[in-house]
Amino acid sequence: MSHTSPYRYFDGLRDGLPIGLGYLSVSFGFGITAVGEGLRFLEALIISMTNLTSAGQVAGVTVIVAAGTILEMILTQFVINLRYSLMGITLTQRLDCRCTTPHRLLMSFGLTDEIFAVAASKPYPVGPSYFYGLMTLPYIGWAGGTLLGALAGQILPESIRVAMGIMIYAMFVAIILPPMKKDRGVLGAVLIAALLSCAVAYLPFLSWISEGFSIIICAVVAAVVMAILRPISDEADAKEEGQA
Amino acid sequence: MRPTILIYILVMALTTYLVRMIPFTAFRKKITSRFARSFFHYIPYAVLAAMTFPAILYSTGSLLSATVGLAVAMVLAYFGRSLIVVSLAASFVAFLVGFLPFG
Repeated sequence: MSHTSPYRYFDGLRDGLPIGLGYLSVSFGFGITAVGEGLRFLEALIISMTNLTSAGQVAGVTVIVAAGTILEMILTQFVINLRYSLMGITLTQRLDCRCTTPHRLLMSFGLTDEIFAVAASKPYPVGPSYFYGLMTLPYIGWAGGTLLGALAGQILPESIRVAMGIMIYAMFVAIILPPMKKDRGVLGAVLIAALLSCAVAYLPFLSWISEGFSIIICAVVAAVVMAILRPISDEADAKEEGQA
Repeated sequence: MRPTILIYILVMALTTYLVRMIPFTAFRKKITSRFARSFFHYIPYAVLAAMTFPAILYSTGSLLSATVGLAVAMVLAYFGRSLIVVSLAASFVAFLVGFLPFG
């Protein structure tokens, strides 16, 4: 079969390095926050090792500390993490034939915004080995950063820690910019999503929209608009099939 | 480990996992609708753009160092540098700008 991915475990590992480094600094902050809210370091670590999601975890700690109901916990996590369902469906279109159900059960655990974005924007479909490679360093970074943050609080000097905050976003820029040069549709989708996201962040009458919802609303609107204005051609489809 | 907290964490982890796992595992069809295919073609970039802007400007705690870092990232990304090079360079420049007296 030609429908197998050209990417190997090591390719995934390499692509996952910037994500892992970014997660290290983000989860460092989560570790500090969680312990500051009254959790023990082991509890903070277990949250990171079993959840692997920043916004959801911060909200989860809030529910725990406020002694909220189990229903509240379920609803909070469901709403904040709903975008992973959308990403999961999107990614199923970019998988090679080796992604069987047992693999998908394991792979779905590592479906984060960044891992999804990298995997979904690869030119060829991805397989389980690449995806596991891609998951490895972010997982270690996420758990390790939480542990360091929870245990030590201030291991890195402030100046380095704050500068590390931009890494993850710079990586996003590196993913979206090259296709923007070649594909007007991608250019449009990026501009619309960025403008909407800024509108939600800066316009007072939109400020009730939470960050998690803002991402999903802005992205869906931008993708729908561009899918109507600039549907991908059958030629592009055929080419993609050929590559696969 | 306190038992109540462990229950919260279990519920939290299970909900998060199911939200990720069910669509990813159950969805098997190849999407044929041209609109849907186009939508799924654009959505990863739209998600990234919505996450990056305006959040990147506040990612370093200083608008100046973040803006310079963003500019560096855009230039390097435009010239097709790898993800790790772009993110390390942006971070390093933001780090340096952080030492400027007016940064």
